[in-house]
Amino acid sequence: MTSNATRESTRPAERPRSGTLLAVEDLRTVIHTARGDLKAVDGVSFTLDRGETIGIVGESGSGKSVLGRTIMGLHTTGPTTTISGRVMFDGRDVQSLGPKDLRSLWGSQIGMVFQDPMTALNPVKKIGVHLTETLRKHQGLGRTPARERAVELLDLVGIPDPRRRIDQFPHEMSGGMRQRVVIAMALANEPALLIADEPTTALDVTVQRQILDLLGNLQAEMGMAIILISHNLGVVAGRADRVAVMYAGRVAETADAKTLFADPRHPYSEALLRAIPRLHEPPHVRLAAIDGAPPNMVQPPVGCRFAPRCAYAQEDCRTVLPELEPAATGHLFACHHPVNRGEN
Amino acid sequence: MSDLAQTTDPAGAMDPAAAAVTVVSAEDAAAVRLGTPGLLRCWLPLLAGVAAFVVALVALRGQGWLTAAVALLGLILMHAGGAALGRRRKGPEFDLTAWLCAIWLAIIILAAVFAPMLPLAEEQNLSLTLDQPVMARPDLLTDHPLGTNNFGLDLLARVIYGARASLVVSIGAVVIALVVGGSIGIAAGYFRKLTDATVGILTNSLLAIPPLILLIALATVLDPTLPNIAFALSLMALPSMVRMARASTLTFVQREFVLAGKAMGASHLRLMMRELLPNVILPLLSYGMIIVSVLIVAESSLSFLGLGIQAPEPSWGNMIAEGEGNTFEEHPHIVLVPGAAVFLTVFAFNMLGEKARKRFDPRQAKI
Amino acid sequence: MIGSPLDLWKEETLTKVLKRVAELVAVLFIVSLGTFWLVSKMDTDPAVTMLGEGRTEAEYAAVRDDLGLNDPLLVRYWDWLSHAVTGDLGKSVVPPYNGISDRIAGALPVSVELAVLGMGMALLFCIPLAMWSAYRPGGRVDRLVGAGALGVLSIPSFLAGLLIIMVLANGLGWFPRAQWTRLGDGIGQNLYHAFLPALTIALAETAMFTRILRNDLVTTLQDDFIMSAKAKGMGPVHIMVSDALRPSSFSLMTLMGIGLGRLIGSTVIVEYLFALPGMGSLVIGAANTGDFVTVQGAVLVIAVIYVLTNALIDASYGYLDPRIRRAHV
Repeated sequence: MTSNATRESTRPAERPRSGTLLAVEDLRTVIHTARGDLKAVDGVSFTLDRGETIGIVGESGSGKSVLGRTIMGLHTTGPTTTISGRVMFDGRDVQSLGPKDLRSLWGSQIGMVFQDPMTALNPVKKIGVHLTETLRKHQGLGRTPARERAVELLDLVGIPDPRRRIDQFPHEMSGGMRQRVVIAMALANEPALLIADEPTTALDVTVQRQILDLLGNLQAEMGMAIILISHNLGVVAGRADRVAVMYAGRVAETADAKTLFADPRHPYSEALLRAIPRLHEPPHVRLAAIDGAPPNMVQPPVGCRFAPRCAYAQEDCRTVLPELEPAATGHLFACHHPVNRGEN
Repeated sequence: MSDLAQTTDPAGAMDPAAAAVTVVSAEDAAAVRLGTPGLLRCWLPLLAGVAAFVVALVALRGQGWLTAAVALLGLILMHAGGAALGRRRKGPEFDLTAWLCAIWLAIIILAAVFAPMLPLAEEQNLSLTLDQPVMARPDLLTDHPLGTNNFGLDLLARVIYGARASLVVSIGAVVIALVVGGSIGIAAGYFRKLTDATVGILTNSLLAIPPLILLIALATVLDPTLPNIAFALSLMALPSMVRMARASTLTFVQREFVLAGKAMGASHLRLMMRELLPNVILPLLSYGMIIVSVLIVAESSLSFLGLGIQAPEPSWGNMIAEGEGNTFEEHPHIVLVPGAAVFLTVFAFNMLGEKARKRFDPRQAKI
Repeated sequence: MIGSPLDLWKEETLTKVLKRVAELVAVLFIVSLGTFWLVSKMDTDPAVTMLGEGRTEAEYAAVRDDLGLNDPLLVRYWDWLSHAVTGDLGKSVVPPYNGISDRIAGALPVSVELAVLGMGMALLFCIPLAMWSAYRPGGRVDRLVGAGALGVLSIPSFLAGLLIIMVLANGLGWFPRAQWTRLGDGIGQNLYHAFLPALTIALAETAMFTRILRNDLVTTLQDDFIMSAKAKGMGPVHIMVSDALRPSSFSLMTLMGIGLGRLIGSTVIVEYLFALPGMGSLVIGAANTGDFVTVQGAVLVIAVIYVLTNALIDASYGYLDPRIRRAHV
């Protein structure tokens, strides 16, 4: 049961529409494995305003998914995980909350959209149940009002014929439809923050765009902040206000989206940008690939994590870990020998 | 849109962090939580256990349930202390119970093999035990450490000779089932088509009769001799051996080394013997370990029902049957002594089989 | 667009069902032939069993002829099978020579009741135990329940039954031993008498079910949809009961099918141990007196029930997992 106070605070009308919503300070997530301690998130800081969208970009294994889950409090310090640093959400320290407080936060104040809609829905539950259970838990709705609201939500996320769809099982829907259901589920209680972890990776290219547009429209309507996690800078382009590029558990570069796309300073950001196909280029041009594999996160390289794969790496890169330093207001990067030096 | 995951594919599709979370599941977490016990947690229970055991044997001698309870308490304390000591010395992976199981099986098997050479009291011939105490309680410090039955036959000797019968019959049955079932299963998985279908229907037919009913039906027809009982038990183990061998064969028959052998013109028999058998045999053997315990239970059930090994020749099943009626109310050791033997042996097989299965199960092997 | 795959689905299902039925019939045919052949190999002479020792050879021969024992095996088999499908399994060859179908009709309800009660008890015990262990895999509860289950599994049912009698019936005197009240004579009395035998059956089943359900729960709990339920703020109990349990129960269903053989086995033992008038006592009694016609009939009935129950369990997967209904297409 949620207390009255928490329930009231979820009502969007009373919610302030600006100001800092989320502050992540030097967050570290260490996962203890049989092979040693895996530093999945290794000192990440950023802030997020209400209604703002931040894109977190990095390749598989860069720690971005773990970061999302740690922010949400799905990873907590325990026998297998150690977390340090702070996540302040709406004035509360997420890591200090007990399981009960966390559960009243999840689904009501923070919603999450997962990568694969094929597996994110329980195969033996009808679509309606997925939606009504969260509505009933967080808003205390009865059976019938919850069902009515669920129909509204399905309509909102653009599912045609919601009254019929609500009694279907997940496997009776296409991937895109399922992802809409997952989004409806995450937004059912109009959260202040939506964490979308690779929301389009598992979908067809044509559907990807629809889903991203849907998220944008819903954001305009509900005013939630979004953390958009993706391995693809192209997904984030035009949808995020700011972008943080992650590499090996650390932020390599962060800036507002325009700046980052126009003037990347970190060689890794530059390489990621070159991996996006451009419309104005002739077809069948070979896309630039980044050689090598992401580092072993149990024993990361001593200096810059990217140095072994970096074309510009020099001696100091292999010994001294670069810290984030400003290039301009709100534009930070961690590199000893940044690119594009002469162009700005 | 491009997919960066493709350009960086050497990293593998798996998110290492996610993989780590899966790896860290059950067993690792347990190991983390157990930690290394302190010295006191090792020696205190160990010594207290030894003390309790000695007290039970000497000071509380002949007190019946009280003696048994104190001795049992002593054993439990010793186990706790020993397990802690082992983890301290050998690391958190140390599993005292598994070691004890292996030791118990070794003792039972050795005792069964060398039974005629051991200085045991009479176990079968009633005419030799006229002067022996009848229904003597177990007392480790007498000539009959585990007591005697209502004919004065020594229970320790009977347990060991019972083990001999049980093990001979069960292991014999497993070997028969392993050889016959393994060959049929490999052939079915290798040739597929009609062979597979026929084998499938036949194993299903064998499986269509509940195991114990099959045994009882066979026991109605066959004389209760050891080879006959072993044969009947092997029929019980056969279908699962066939299925298991067939399933493992299917997973290997499409692999490169088999296809390569085929391409080089190796004969069917050679492919099955040289390429498939070595891969199929490991899971079969570990399954055989588990099935031995099932067969020991089956044999003792059959003997308990009076359809297996016949008294006075000892078997754990017919020894327990001696306690039926109201005998075990007054003389619980008649049931408890052979009962403990069955339990410990079956437990040891299950425990070790479990460990072996975790290691060799093809379904859990990472390809 | 919707019509054609549905028709296809129906057609596929029909072929599948027909194939399955054909296989069942083949299996039952082989089983009945095998049983018949096996029992005909019995070296006790039914004529001697019927008349007792010390009659003239002519008298024995007349009985053998009467029983049709001089006909070839296949003729006798056909004769027996054609009667069997009409429900007539012949007459017992030992006194009081009554019809086997009637005896089975009297004994079967007892066995079925015991098996169902034992299975029910086991399900009742195993679900909370498995959930409790799966909640923290590798934790204290998990290790304790796991070791306990392995221990219980290592106690043969006849030993477990004797120990239960020793403690609960003779020691504490809470329950009667070796009595049976028919269901018709009052359900309370019936359950009172059935409790200990059912408990004996339930012990091993509980251990087995708990282990398998626990493993499946642990696997299911790592699925993405559990994470997404968690991210909705659902509590651990809700997730266990409403999200994890049903997708985890497939192996349990399979196991109930595979374990049915063991269940029937322990029912037989328990009936013998508690002297209950069920199928087990019937078969064991007949086996001990050389009453081959009864053994034949009873084994056939048990095999038919066993095979059909397994087929039903197979069919019920579709209900538990809506995906399967389509996965077969």
